[in-house]
Amino acid sequence: MRAFTYERAATPQDAAAALAGHPQARFIAGGTNLLDLMKLQIEAPTHLVDVNHLGLDRIEPTPEGGLRIGALVRNTDLAADARVRRDYAVLSRALLAGASGQLRNKATTAGNLLQRTRCPYFYDTDQPCNKRQPGSGCGALQGYSRQLAVIGGSESCIATHPSDMAVAMRALDAVVETIRADGSARAIPIADFHLLPGDTPHLETVLEQGELITAVTLPPPVGGRQVYRKVRDRASYAFALISVAAVLQPDGTGRVALGGVAPKPWRVAAADAALPQGAQAVASALLQGAAPRPDNAFKLLLAERTLAAVLAEGRA
Amino acid sequence: MPDPVPLDLCLQVNGAPRQLSLDPRTTLLDALRDHLHLTGSKKGCDHGQCGACTVLVNGRRINACLSLAVMHDGDAITTIEGLGTPDALHPMQAAFIRHDGYQCGYCTPGQICSSVAVLEEIAAGIPSHVTGDLTAEATFTAEEVRERMSGNICRCGAYSNILDAITEVAGA
Ligand SMILES: Cc1cc2nc3c(=O)[nH]c(=O)nc-3n(C[C@H](O)[C@H](O)[C@H](O)COP(=O)(O)OP(=O)(O)OC[C@H]3O[C@@H](n4cnc5c(N)ncnc54)[C@H](O)[C@@H]3O)c2cc1C
Ligand code: SF4
Repeated sequence: MRAFTYERAATPQDAAAALAGHPQARFIAGGTNLLDLMKLQIEAPTHLVDVNHLGLDRIEPTPEGGLRIGALVRNTDLAADARVRRDYAVLSRALLAGASGQLRNKATTAGNLLQRTRCPYFYDTDQPCNKRQPGSGCGALQGYSRQLAVIGGSESCIATHPSDMAVAMRALDAVVETIRADGSARAIPIADFHLLPGDTPHLETVLEQGELITAVTLPPPVGGRQVYRKVRDRASYAFALISVAAVLQPDGTGRVALGGVAPKPWRVAAADAALPQGAQAVASALLQGAAPRPDNAFKLLLAERTLAAVLAEGRA
Repeated sequence: MPDPVPLDLCLQVNGAPRQLSLDPRTTLLDALRDHLHLTGSKKGCDHGQCGACTVLVNGRRINACLSLAVMHDGDAITTIEGLGTPDALHPMQAAFIRHDGYQCGYCTPGQICSSVAVLEEIAAGIPSHVTGDLTAEATFTAEEVRERMSGNICRCGAYSNILDAITEVAGA
């Protein structure tokens, strides 16, 4: 690890202010992604601002009847919350499908949203990677792409976003709340939060330098049968090849988002509308315009089959 | 690049306060092993993938390798050395010995810390990926234990004996 200085922030605004004007400074929450990358010198911040003591660790009802999840709520606590288990089961299921018990005890709501890709070329510092080192090229385009994106990528980057939690939040229309260094707050719908790579794959979200996530809010419960299905190379403790988050209503309508296929949780309005027509229609709406590579073309069929299994579970 | 200025912190390790002055880069695992000479917690992958470094912080299991010691100023840490001693074994340690829940032993301290926490997590009603009904009480089953222990890798493959040891302590 490169040397850095460290401070504990006392308030959200202090934390945001501490990063303003320091492009090499970072917030640290659970540390489970940032420290991993710092050990590999993929991230090399010169200053860390610890945001674990800001009082952002509560889950509270909103006046609208939804839930406001503090940015520092641990993945374990969010998955175990009785209101989330009852009203937003797809979110509990997605969280529990990710990482391990130890990691979920540390991992936070904000950190999970901001975790970086698991592209093997991003991790291998001997390989070119436009995300890690802008302009160096992309090792994955001509390389082994089994884990990588089939849609939403570009000629600069075909990395996927690895979060399970974010896929469920996308299906639930979550909103990310932030505070900026000047003290101003904003609310960003999760659909707009992550960026597609284009020719700037190192820019992954709309957050500004020093902008602190304070909470993620969920709209009032939408009911329905809620399913998260994750397909991976082993039964536990592996990232998704494909995942499906779905909320299915008794009348056949609903909403659906895909993980493992794109640089961000993938949801398409036409696919939601196609739900009554079955898995094939949903898959083709979700993956219209896909540009798979030889190693990951299997994801198209796998997505359709996983959707079929989810719809069957929803009807059961 | 900043000079690594040491920071002062105090960890409650296995019940005793320990004052330290550490380079901020020091992980909780390195603080325990290299600075406090508690070498029971093991460094396997050092990237949160193997679970050999599992310790309990304020009663919850975490990977000590993916955390900075300075982030734990004031926290209570329990390592394998604090669970039991050779003369007064923790029931989970005794069960691992009885059931031969290891071969080389390298992952064992992490497995045991994790096992103790898993039983507490089930008792506290925390669900897992294999929990059937999210609104019902979590129950102790072999499938639950296998899923909840998936963050602890054993290259010798002692998994079935580890499961037997945990099952015995659970009284299931
Ligand atoms: C072995 C392993 C397996 C894993 N498997 C899975 C899996 O199957 N599925 C899955 O979804 N995830 C998986 N993960 C990833 C894990 O979910 C993330 O590491 C975790 O969610 C990150 O949260 P954190 O709080 O530790 O983030 P940190 O590491 O603390 O931070 C991550 C990033 O977020 C920034 N940040 C943190 N908090 C804020 C804030 N409040 N405002 C603004 N920026 C902030 C930090 O500056 C940093 O850039 C795995 C991780 C490991 C190590
Ligand atoms: S796909 Fe993206 S993350 Fe992977 S090597 Fe190419 S540029 Fe880097």
